[in-house]
Amino acid sequence: MDAAPLAVELKGIWKRFPGVVANAGTELTVKRGSIHAVLGENGAGKSTLMNVLAGVYRPEEGDVRLFGERVVFANPADALAAGVGMVHQEFRLVPTFTVAENVVLGAADRVLNMGAVERRVAELAEQFSLDVDPQRQIWQLSMGERQRVEILKALWRDAEILILDEPTAVLTPNEADELGLVIRRMANDGRSVIFISHKLHEVKQYCDEATVLRGGKTVAASMPVADLTPRQLAELMVGEATEAALRPEPRQAGEQLLSVQNLRALNNRNLEALSNISLSVHGGEIVGIAGVAGNGQRELSDVIAGLRESTSGTVTLFGEDITTATPRQRFRAGLSYIPEDRVGVGLAPQLSVTDNAILRSYREHTRGPLIAVDRAKAFCADVVDSFKVRTGSLDQRIAGLSGGNLQRLLVGRELTAKPSVIVASQPTRGLDVQGVKAIQELLIDARNEGLGVLMISEDLDELLAISDRIIVMHEGRIAAEYGGADANRSAIGLAMAGESP
Amino acid sequence: MIFGLTFPETAVIGLLFAAIQFGAMIYLASLGEMIAERAGVLNLGVEGMMAMGAVGGFVFAIETGSPWLGLLAAAVIGAAVAMVHGLFAVALGANQVVSGLALTIFGVGLANFWGTDYEGVRPEVQFADVDWGPLSDISWIGRILFQQSPLAYSAVLLGFVTWFVLNRTRGGLALRAAGESAATADAAGHSVLGLRLFAVAIGGAFAGIGGAYLSLSISPGWTVGVVAGRGWIAVALVIFGAWKVRRVALGAFLFGLAMALPNRTESFDLPWDPILWSMLPYILTIAVMIAGALVLRNRPPAAPAALGLPFRREER
Repeated sequence: MDAAPLAVELKGIWKRFPGVVANAGTELTVKRGSIHAVLGENGAGKSTLMNVLAGVYRPEEGDVRLFGERVVFANPADALAAGVGMVHQEFRLVPTFTVAENVVLGAADRVLNMGAVERRVAELAEQFSLDVDPQRQIWQLSMGERQRVEILKALWRDAEILILDEPTAVLTPNEADELGLVIRRMANDGRSVIFISHKLHEVKQYCDEATVLRGGKTVAASMPVADLTPRQLAELMVGEATEAALRPEPRQAGEQLLSVQNLRALNNRNLEALSNISLSVHGGEIVGIAGVAGNGQRELSDVIAGLRESTSGTVTLFGEDITTATPRQRFRAGLSYIPEDRVGVGLAPQLSVTDNAILRSYREHTRGPLIAVDRAKAFCADVVDSFKVRTGSLDQRIAGLSGGNLQRLLVGRELTAKPSVIVASQPTRGLDVQGVKAIQELLIDARNEGLGVLMISEDLDELLAISDRIIVMHEGRIAAEYGGADANRSAIGLAMAGESP
Repeated sequence: MIFGLTFPETAVIGLLFAAIQFGAMIYLASLGEMIAERAGVLNLGVEGMMAMGAVGGFVFAIETGSPWLGLLAAAVIGAAVAMVHGLFAVALGANQVVSGLALTIFGVGLANFWGTDYEGVRPEVQFADVDWGPLSDISWIGRILFQQSPLAYSAVLLGFVTWFVLNRTRGGLALRAAGESAATADAAGHSVLGLRLFAVAIGGAFAGIGGAYLSLSISPGWTVGVVAGRGWIAVALVIFGAWKVRRVALGAFLFGLAMALPNRTESFDLPWDPILWSMLPYILTIAVMIAGALVLRNRPPAAPAALGLPFRREER
């Protein structure tokens, strides 16, 4: 065996999906006992490549080698048996099972003695300092704890190679640092960790080497992280010097448009998700809501949009109480909503572009009891042109549109109604660089025209870039509020974690 | 006299005996449906599978002269018919509601066709009640609990086995995972397809046994329409029982009471026509469905999260 044998070699991997080439001859090598970052923008092919390594996808061309030997995986179980464990962005956990049940699901004794299983899981967790109670059910756990369960699953199967797909996206800064310690311990134990990210400071902080992907190709392979600056990494990822962040001109906020007072609401599990939230949005400002996923942001936007009942408190628009108004009444009163689930809540995937465009305003495009198709199409064409939605035809089902185009259509539909207030929940999540920029510009334009924007995002950098004020939510409460000038990353990070700065 | 009703001893014993008898029959079918649903497959074909089990069990018992061989045949036939649903709804990912309804129509029709020559045949072969010796002689309890058909005791035993397998074995853990989150079970290396087909087959076998309980013990013989909608009650019972063995057992006894009562309205001097009373189990079914929907509206659902969702792996 070599002094530093390679744990993973991926050579010339090709994987295509309808309309997309995800991997175009991608290369990756990972040393044993090291933490290896795989960097790239959304759509660079990181997740697909990792899914190939983890046996989820079969590559059309290319070799996968583990410890020098060529392997072919028919399914994730094969990969696990060969020592490759993957923690996906969407956790593969059974919510109603206990931690212990989830950990042993793939490799349990024929007859289960749950007491003994729980003890063994607890011992394994102890060994790697993973703090989690084996007896609790998954739905009761925070995202950070769920991630630890996923890591335990891989360790339980004795994975030599652990793939973490954007592991810090759901973590508070503190939890991310803890994760950094855990994976360092694993690397010291001789295991290899592949850390997928597009956050440069994390790569600098936690990883030994980095491979950068762009457009499905490897543009930089196994570079020692210590020698690189975040700026160099960013340039490799994007392919050009990153542009300065959008920053709206400061301006005087106008009158108060939307106000929420002492709002309380329950989540889908009937637990209190909003505990006494009060905030207001004025004309001409973007109010950013920061927070780790699942701290009440979703319930807040749902209550404001009229999709969820509040248990107490009021929502007012232009000073008028709309707490019990229907979503349609709110829309007509000037409240637009860009929901987190753009397909499903925002748009109907099986309907055409035109039908989706008129979903909010179809009553205005009628002749008697019938939809006036010509007028609906004219309206839709207008939205598509103004907001640069790329679509083959107006009659096409929107299921075929890319994420960025779907979001342009949705934002276009909501803005065309000339609202006074926009509530936008995760409006740029999952979009590529251009898509993110386009949506952010639309929101900034709306603000400059005097609209009030309430923007919920898990991307702190985005909020810092475009918000006039940032409100931090933690466990259904407002943990902190910052004006644009005195907002800083570390203070917000602490507030997101529930600690007073 | 309570509320102006009379409770003659023999009538009460008869009612409780029949409640256990009907309850055990419906329990078998419900257990089977519960297993399928815990694996994520809604099978609305219970009525059809019971009908096939009833006619198949009777035919094989008559032709072989053994009720036990008839019972075995009913289980095999039930599982085989269930595989129609397995093929379309599980393997090919068709809509489970449509496929299940089709199975009911198909199963009931085929059973009636097969049974044409056996209608009115004297049921010379049937299950005799078990004699537990001194236990069977205890007053009240002896008659109610210890003079039942062997099928009643099998139902109780299968309930315990089902509970143990689902909750205390690796296979049961995997089966429940397939019903809660198929992608998770798949990622853990289990065959979701295999688990679901197995669960559907077991469900069919249990429904077949439930049908044979009717034709070989409760009302020996074959007549068209002998299942009489009880397959649907079994489906409702799974919801009533919140997908848990113990609660399904309790519900089965309650529905057994409702099914046993209509034949005994005269012994209890109940008002109204017995025909009205015979609607009781079905009214109860509807009531349970409505109550279930109302209760579930504001509560985390007890149903397996992946119930009714077909599973395909490489999707993007």
